[in-house]
Amino acid sequence: MANLKTPDKTLGEGLREIGLSRRGFLKFCAATASMMALPPNLVPAIAAALEQARRPSVIWLSFQECTGCTESLTRSHSPSVENLILDLVSLDYHHTLQAAAGEAAEEARLQAMEANRGQYLVIVDGSIPGPDANPGYSTVAGHSNYDILMETVEHAAAVIAVGTCAAFGGLPQAKPNPTGAMSVMDLVHDKPVINVSGCPPIPMVITGVLAHYLTFGRLPELDAYRRPMAFYGQSIHDRCYRRPFYDKGLFAESFDDAGAKLGWCLYRLGCKGPTTYNACATMRWNSGTSWPVESGHPCLGCSEPGFWDDAGFYEPVSVPIGVTSKTLIEGAAVGAVAGAGIAALARKAKKEAVANRQPVTIDELEQKL
Amino acid sequence: MSGAMGFLLWVKGPMFNIALAIFAIGLIARLVEIFLLGRAPNYAEPRAGEWGPGLRTMLSRTIADPGTFKRAPFNVVVGWVWHIGFLIALLLFIPHIELFKGVLGLYWPGLPNPVVDLVTAVTLITLLATLVHRLWHPVKRRISTTEDYLVWTIVFMVVLTGYLAYHRLVEPYPLALGMHILSAELMLIMLPFTKLTHIFTAFIARWYNGAAFGRKGVQS
Amino acid sequence: MSGLDQIPVTIESSASCSARSRDFGNAPAVLNQIRDALERLVSSGEETCIDLNAMPFGPGDLERLTELLGTGEAEASVEALGPTRIRETGIPGVWLVDYLNAEGQRLTLHVEIATVPQILRPQPQDLACAIERLDARLTRLRDPAHSPLSS
Ligand code: SF4
Ligand code: SF4
Repeated sequence: MANLKTPDKTLGEGLREIGLSRRGFLKFCAATASMMALPPNLVPAIAAALEQARRPSVIWLSFQECTGCTESLTRSHSPSVENLILDLVSLDYHHTLQAAAGEAAEEARLQAMEANRGQYLVIVDGSIPGPDANPGYSTVAGHSNYDILMETVEHAAAVIAVGTCAAFGGLPQAKPNPTGAMSVMDLVHDKPVINVSGCPPIPMVITGVLAHYLTFGRLPELDAYRRPMAFYGQSIHDRCYRRPFYDKGLFAESFDDAGAKLGWCLYRLGCKGPTTYNACATMRWNSGTSWPVESGHPCLGCSEPGFWDDAGFYEPVSVPIGVTSKTLIEGAAVGAVAGAGIAALARKAKKEAVANRQPVTIDELEQKL
Repeated sequence: MSGAMGFLLWVKGPMFNIALAIFAIGLIARLVEIFLLGRAPNYAEPRAGEWGPGLRTMLSRTIADPGTFKRAPFNVVVGWVWHIGFLIALLLFIPHIELFKGVLGLYWPGLPNPVVDLVTAVTLITLLATLVHRLWHPVKRRISTTEDYLVWTIVFMVVLTGYLAYHRLVEPYPLALGMHILSAELMLIMLPFTKLTHIFTAFIARWYNGAAFGRKGVQS
Repeated sequence: MSGLDQIPVTIESSASCSARSRDFGNAPAVLNQIRDALERLVSSGEETCIDLNAMPFGPGDLERLTELLGTGEAEASVEALGPTRIRETGIPGVWLVDYLNAEGQRLTLHVEIATVPQILRPQPQDLACAIERLDARLTRLRDPAHSPLSS
């Protein structure tokens, strides 16, 4: 982390300098393409682009978070490739990982910002107590999270919000949101914000977004929630290998019935796959070993906004949130009273009409005609 | 929080509660009113029982007599097809059963999704046919009110958005599902205050008719 | 909300867990994709590469696919950024290229439909300086001061 100025060497040169052969580079590009969820026929283009790319300076800010996202990244499964990508960026500030502390650390951040004005990337994990909240809920070196974020993004090229907390508010923002937590995109309006949601995000997706920036020198295509389409373009349900069972209407009814053992669809057990956009079904977790649905557990919807306040984890997607038969019974009770009232009024009107009936004779009627 | 997911959470949460409350209040108010008003007392000696003919008429009026069928075969056939299709899709689609289970605690077995899908497609087509017929038939067109078109629209929207959501023809999916739930909620809200109430009153009315006939010893 | 305590747990004897291998029927689709690619290779020499890592496979699908493809005669390994294992399948021109990291974990797995997989061929930039490199060795050979092939 000594090198604060973006170096002039290209990435290809840098890799060759550390002794990576051309075949090794090709392999690196194949793995990178897979990581970016790009088809392998783009490998030559990726190789050409990476050859020319330059190391960007990265400042990583951690706010109200559990460090799960950093863990996810640093324990990612393919150290050789993902470390290479991480080595290829110049991580100038990350207060969980860096050796420097206190004044020196903050100094590193300010220096990196100064040296790479307008070019550095800011990665944020964790949500931020908003400008109206008590700043004391989360501070670093005596500064509120909000101030640090605003100061750091001012001259950034882009901001990457890693994890559901930074992207959508996440756990800290769950009702009743005691810290007034807000997401990065709630606060940063004049810089490109990319959301890499998930609790935590798949490590390959975090590095994939960095690799994309390195490869193409620009930000990837984003969806309505500013998530990279390459990873969040399709729902879990659309890429789920259990989908044929959903389509046939074959559902596991409990976690150990015959259907569950045969690997049937987990919809009735609360699977949020239909409404969740993430790459688990293809990229999988733990070195590509498996993913939640494959291990028999419904998707919780961790990469979607508001997932902590959504219906219970084991409630099917079609079940409304926080509604019980109580609503119906209370409504019915009010309705019964109202109906009885209306009926009573109508009866009264009828009785009065009968009592005050004025018989009409044929003559009178004919006169009126 | 905005966007499709926010919309879905809103229709699944607060909006569903509002719709359910209006529906329950409205429907029970109307039913209680109907029952409490009752009918004028009949002092004549009954010639026969009320229950048998009442129940029989609930069934017999459901099936059109040959004369009606001959006069309006389209109304009878298409009416039947879409009503049954709608009920199958509503009551036997597994995600819907999960909804009933969640709200009422009652559940029953469902049909495989492809069957419900086919039924839904048929329902959509027959619903369109009813609209075309209504617009094309001179008498029907004259007797149609704004309410009729409104009711048709909401029923059609519920089925259409459901079909679109199931086939994921609208992206993102939370938007598609949210639109389906919202139209169903609008239908719930409108139900007690429009002719949609017949879902609950049709059979009551048939029973009243049959019972009255039974008392008088008239065949129904 | 249905709590976790409502999830019934029963313990069954291992005999009831059959060892029958199961797959989710995704292999045939990939085989058809490979077939198209083979047709293109035969007719126009166009090579194709399919990333199996990006497939929504269920457990057993990959095993089924490799089993259907079978094993051919050629096998190779490249040592660069960890090992890469290349295996010809029972179908000539269809290769499985398994990219592993230094710890033997899979980075990605490709099916390559080509006469020779890309990674086995010398890279063009390397080829460009091949003669130069050989010449250097030849000069050294002629120069008795140097022992042969010392580099
Ligand atoms: S298990 Fe979940 S994601 Fe997979 S098909 Fe069923 S509902 Fe969809
Ligand atoms: S399966 Fe669903 S809940 Fe689980 S990690 Fe993936 S997106 Fe999150």
